[in-house]
Amino acid sequence: MSIELAQKKDPSFVAPIVAGAGAVAGLLVGTAQGSSIIGILAGAAILGALAWIVLSYFNHERPARRIIMAAFGVAGYLVGAIPGAVVGLLFGWFFGWFIFWLGSGRYRAWLAPYLTPGQVLWHYTFRVICGAVFVFLITPILVVLPLSFNAQDFFTFTPEMLRFDPEGYSLKHYRDFFTNNEWQRSFKNSLIIAPIATIISVSLGTLAAIGLSQSHVPARRTIMAILISPMIVPLIISATGMFFFYSSIGNWMEGTLGLDKNFVGYIKVILAHAVLGIPFVIITVTATLVGFDTSLTRAAANMGANPVTTFFRVQMPLILPGVISGGLFAFITSFDEVVVVLFVGSAGQKTLPWQMFTGLREQISPTILAVATILVVISIGLLTVVELLRRRSERLRGLSPG
Amino acid sequence: MNFKSLSALAVTTALCAPSVFAADMADELTIVSWGGAYSKSQLRAYHEPYSEKTGTNIINDDSSAEAVAKLRAMNEAGNITWDVVDVVAADAIRLCDEGLAMEIDPATMLAAAPDGTSAADDFGDLLVSECFIPQIVYSTTFGYRTDLVGDTAPTDICAVFDLEAYPGKRALEKRPINNMEWALLCDGVAKADVYDVLATPEGQDKALAKLDTIKDSVVWWSAGADTPQLLADGEVIMGSTYNGRLFSVIEEQKQPVAMLWDAQVFDLDGWIIPAGLSPERQARALDYIMFATDTQRLADQAKYISYGPARASSAPLVGKHADMGIEMAPHMPTDPENAKNTFLYNYEFWADYRDDIDAKFQAWLAK
Repeated sequence: MSIELAQKKDPSFVAPIVAGAGAVAGLLVGTAQGSSIIGILAGAAILGALAWIVLSYFNHERPARRIIMAAFGVAGYLVGAIPGAVVGLLFGWFFGWFIFWLGSGRYRAWLAPYLTPGQVLWHYTFRVICGAVFVFLITPILVVLPLSFNAQDFFTFTPEMLRFDPEGYSLKHYRDFFTNNEWQRSFKNSLIIAPIATIISVSLGTLAAIGLSQSHVPARRTIMAILISPMIVPLIISATGMFFFYSSIGNWMEGTLGLDKNFVGYIKVILAHAVLGIPFVIITVTATLVGFDTSLTRAAANMGANPVTTFFRVQMPLILPGVISGGLFAFITSFDEVVVVLFVGSAGQKTLPWQMFTGLREQISPTILAVATILVVISIGLLTVVELLRRRSERLRGLSPG
Repeated sequence: MNFKSLSALAVTTALCAPSVFAADMADELTIVSWGGAYSKSQLRAYHEPYSEKTGTNIINDDSSAEAVAKLRAMNEAGNITWDVVDVVAADAIRLCDEGLAMEIDPATMLAAAPDGTSAADDFGDLLVSECFIPQIVYSTTFGYRTDLVGDTAPTDICAVFDLEAYPGKRALEKRPINNMEWALLCDGVAKADVYDVLATPEGQDKALAKLDTIKDSVVWWSAGADTPQLLADGEVIMGSTYNGRLFSVIEEQKQPVAMLWDAQVFDLDGWIIPAGLSPERQARALDYIMFATDTQRLADQAKYISYGPARASSAPLVGKHADMGIEMAPHMPTDPENAKNTFLYNYEFWADYRDDIDAKFQAWLAK
């Protein structure tokens, strides 16, 4: 069966669509150059005409696309030197492809032949919307990356940076992070506080989730609601309460037990963060426990295992994915937390988010961006490792064909 | 460091503490300040020499912006974690009135000048509260982009209100203080009458009406770092901020910015010691204050930031910038060349009228 899927399209069909896309591109360029309206009109006119001419008079795709790319590159260079040329080349590449993708009818090649034009339109609109969502989520993070290499002390793309002049870039903000005492101290504090708080919340949260999943526990729902409440109550309210609560505990520990001030400070912040992390662990572990077959624990008991052995040998391995992801949430909660630590901690327990917070308010220094970049890289690494481990364990246990 | 070694460390510290360190002074000092270049200047002029001399471990907390609220909460919870706090004079007066700051006797707690002048005379009028030890004189003034203001650079404060000669955005602080005074001054009120006029509701409306003429061109800032960033971006053509921030923008960051010293408003910044510290901590805090506010130390701070030392005896000792080697005196707000037309923050007036005018100003902002 041979249906000619990729039919050549008429320029009068392609040109308006390309003109629409050109209007969007023109809006971006025009806004950057000072006038959005002129940009929209010029973009639509230029690209509509270009599509018409190219499809009417050029039969060979490759040379035509090269010419378009070169023309856009040169135009971009005239407007904005090297960065303009890069943007121009990208636009030229995209529009060259776009014109021929529409013009040669290739856009229908992968779709079911019986789709109506409306369905085809929706198919691609949907993808464009998804792409836009992705762009909105990721752009703020991507903007931070180049700015952290700024040679100046401002959150500004300097002319040197835009010219890709090596002079405009520097690693000094990274150097500042690694040599500045305040940043190093707060980084170390975060690395002390977050893991310990995570261990506490994972242990307590897992125990609570297992206990609450037993049907004979009275008032399960009420207890659950209370345990989860730190997640629901506005953080600032928990923080105020915690401030007064831990102040008296801290005074008692310092006064009566004679403990060191800094040590007590760490205990207070770690406990406060553990409380914030517990709800995440309870929720994820409870969710995995739903799929846990309780007859396994009975079988283990039947074979002579005591409850502790049963928990570590039978139940724990099966609910481990839930425990790990709960732990990850608890870790991130503590690692990112700024409100509670501002209330409960004293300056000796200044964590990374706290330092970033004051840094951003008192001094807009790109060191914050360097730290943010490092944290983004660490988070990506952490998530990748956890995901790989999860797939590996699934493969080992034969849960997925892998 | 894991939990075990941490607790081991804590136990040993707790056991050794009385024997190792001087029995009557704490070995650690938490100092609260504003962060940024300002904290850095204190670190180099005060903290480092003090740590070297006494072996005290100094911890910095950049929380001065919310010092009043935090000290109140700490006092209520009976858990004061700060030893020395850097605040503006208005906050010091408030804290002193509420009994949250300790009273200081200049005769016994502050060092005399090298020539024997008593501390009380050396600081003179700047001792605006019993609890406040002045450190610097700073000013709130304007900086403008030299490349964006056209051919004639602004020379007087009314350029801020002149949209015809200087079109573009300007950055003003999001509070009535200073803005109201400047507005009246440019609305034809004589400098001597500004506070008399501002005390009347009609005068307040007059000031707001003047501000109204530029409201659409104002970017409001609330942190001292905002205006330098806005100027560097070219998002505003002029903006008010603390003179030390502008110094850093101009001399350290080499931005095309210049100072408009006209009608700068002087204010004081200095230390307080929270009330209710344990005797050992109080002794340490007082020892630090005695050291950090002597004539030489105050002059040293001016090597790192362009704020004027609060002691009269420090002024002749102000020298060159420690890293850039430029003469600091011409960058001081108190330099005669810069101080031709100045205001001093009127503590009494704003203590009495702040709440009312604040409410009016906020309502006007929201309109």
